[in-house]
Amino acid sequence: MNPHRRSPFVVVMTVLVFLFLYVPIFVLVLYSFNASRTNVTFEGFITAFGPLQMQGSLVVQSPCGPFHWFCDLTRNQEVMTAARNTLTIAFVSTLISTLIGTMAAIALQRHEFKIKPFAQLSLYIPIVIPEIVMGIGILTLFSQVFTWVNTTFNLPPDLRLTLGMGTVIVSHIAFSVPFVTLVVQARLQGFDPSYEEAAMDLGANELVTFWRVTLPMLLPGVLSGALLAFTLSLDDFVITFFTTGPGATTLPIYVYGLLRRIITPQVNALSTVWILIVLAAVFLIQRLENRERA
Amino acid sequence: MLQRLREDKALQGLLLIAPTLLWMIVLLIIPLILTLVVSFGRRAPDGGVIFTFTLDNYIRLLGLQPDCLNPFACFDPLYVSILFRSLSLAFNTTVIVILLAYPLAYFIARAPHERRNTFLFLVLVPLWTNFVIRVYAWMMLLRTQGAINGVLGWLAGLLGIPFTPLEMLYTPGAVLVGMVYEFLPFMILPIYTSLEKIDPSLYEAAADLGANALKTFWRVTLPLSLPGVVAGTILVFVPVMGTFVVSDLLGGKQVILVGNLIQRQFLDARDPTFGSAASLVLMVLTLIVTLFYTRKFGFGKEIVV
Repeated sequence: MNPHRRSPFVVVMTVLVFLFLYVPIFVLVLYSFNASRTNVTFEGFITAFGPLQMQGSLVVQSPCGPFHWFCDLTRNQEVMTAARNTLTIAFVSTLISTLIGTMAAIALQRHEFKIKPFAQLSLYIPIVIPEIVMGIGILTLFSQVFTWVNTTFNLPPDLRLTLGMGTVIVSHIAFSVPFVTLVVQARLQGFDPSYEEAAMDLGANELVTFWRVTLPMLLPGVLSGALLAFTLSLDDFVITFFTTGPGATTLPIYVYGLLRRIITPQVNALSTVWILIVLAAVFLIQRLENRERA
Repeated sequence: MLQRLREDKALQGLLLIAPTLLWMIVLLIIPLILTLVVSFGRRAPDGGVIFTFTLDNYIRLLGLQPDCLNPFACFDPLYVSILFRSLSLAFNTTVIVILLAYPLAYFIARAPHERRNTFLFLVLVPLWTNFVIRVYAWMMLLRTQGAINGVLGWLAGLLGIPFTPLEMLYTPGAVLVGMVYEFLPFMILPIYTSLEKIDPSLYEAAADLGANALKTFWRVTLPLSLPGVVAGTILVFVPVMGTFVVSDLLGGKQVILVGNLIQRQFLDARDPTFGSAASLVLMVLTLIVTLFYTRKFGFGKEIVV
C-alpha cells in the first residue's frame, strides 16, 4: 500500500479546512486597504499618491497611496503606546520565565527531591483550568493585598499599589513558566549524558561542564521555550484583561475596547501588521527546529 | 556550606525549582484558595468582600433563593441555563473541531516529508494570529453588510434572484463558528503529532493481513491516534468553557456564557463573591469532564506541542 495515497474525501476536506482558516484572514487584510473610512463594505483601493483628498467617506488620494491606513496607524499615539507596553511586557516576562523555567526543567529532569511530584503537578494546572479562573483569582489576590497594604500603611495617593505594568508582567510569567519548563524538560529527556561524562573525565568541573557542554546542547530547547513564552505573552487577552490598570493597555486590550465601539480600517491595518509579524516568527521557529533536528 | 551545595543533589534541585515553585504557589495556588474563600463571603455595599461563611452564592447559582422555603415556587433557571449552554457549546465545538481537524491532520501526516513543514506553517499562522483579531475577522465576515452577505448578494444578482441580507452576527451560530475557528489549530497539531508517530510498517502489516483501507483506518490508525484526539479535546474544551471574548463580540447580548457571567460580576455588577462561586463551579465542571475523559481514553502526552 502506498503510504502517500490519498482518498478524495481527505483531500477535499483539507482544501475546505484551509479555506476556512484563511478566508477570514484574507478578508481582514483586504479591508486594510479599503478606501472607505466607514469600512462597512469594500470600496476599492486608494490608487492615487498625493496630498490627502476625501470624497464623502472615501479616501481618494493619500500621501501613502494604498497604504493610507498603515501611515494613519503610526500617527495614532494610543496604538504606539499600546504596542510599546505589549513589547515591554513580553520581553520582561519572557526573560524571567525562560530563566526560571529552564532552572525548573533541569531540577525536574536531573534531580531527586521530596516535593518533586507536587512541583510537576502544579505546572499542569494552568493547562487544565480555564484562563478566566486564573485571571479572576489573580485579580482577587492583587486587590485584597493592595487594599490591605494601602490602608494599613496609609500610603499617599502617588505611592499606593495599583494594577499596572508590574501586575501584568508578574501574571504573564505565571502562565508562561509551565510551558517553558515542559518544553525544556522534553528536550532534556532525549539527552545523551555521555558528553557530560566525557567533559568530566577530561577534568572539567560541574560548572565548566554545564557552561561548555550542557547549556550549548540545551540552547535550542531554551530558545523555543522563550519564543513560546514570548508569543503567549503577545497573544494573551484574558489574564491581561483582569490584571491590567491605567497606563498598561496592551494591543489586544486596545483592539477589544475599540471593537465594542467602532470598526475602522486602522484596526485592519494593525491586524495586517500583526499577521506579518506572526508569519516571520513562525518561519523563524520552524527554521530553528529544523536546524536542531538536522 | 558551599561544599554541601556541591554534593547535595536534592538541595540543588530544590534551589533550582524554588523560583518557579514560588511563582506557582503565589500566583496560582493561593489565588485559587482565595477564590474559594471569597465565594463563601458576602458582597459589601462598595463592591468589596465581607469574609464570612455562607452558601448563598452557590444557592443563587442553582437558581434558588437563600430564604425561600419552597424550592419549586422560587426556582429561577437563569444561571443553570447559562451553565448548561456553556457546556453544550463546548461539547458541540469540540465535536465539530475534531471532525474538521482529523482529515487535515491525516493529510499532513501522510504528505511527503519535505512538504509537511509548509503545511504545519499554514496551521501555525492562524493559531498565533491574535485571538481578538481572529474574532474581528469574523465580525467583518458576518455583519449584515459584511463580506459573506456581499458575496451572496453578488451571486444572487448574477442569477437574478431577489436577496435580503442574512442576519448572522449576534446569533448563537456566530458564536459557534467563532469558537470553532479560534480553537481548530489546537486540535490539528496534537492529532498530527500522534498520527506522525505511527510506524508505517503497521499499515503494511494490516494490508498483508487482508484489511482494506477503511478497515485499516478503523482498526489501526484511529486507535493509535486517540491520544492526540484526547490532548486536543482538552486544549479545546477547557478554553471554550471559559472564554468570554468570542461570545461578547459575536454573540452580543444574545449569547451569555459562564465566562461572560463571571466577567460581569467582577467588572459591572461588582459582586466578586458571586463571580468567584461561578468561577469555581466552572473550574470543577471542566475538571470533572477532563478527568472523566482522560480516565476513559488515557492522558495524552501530546498536550504540549
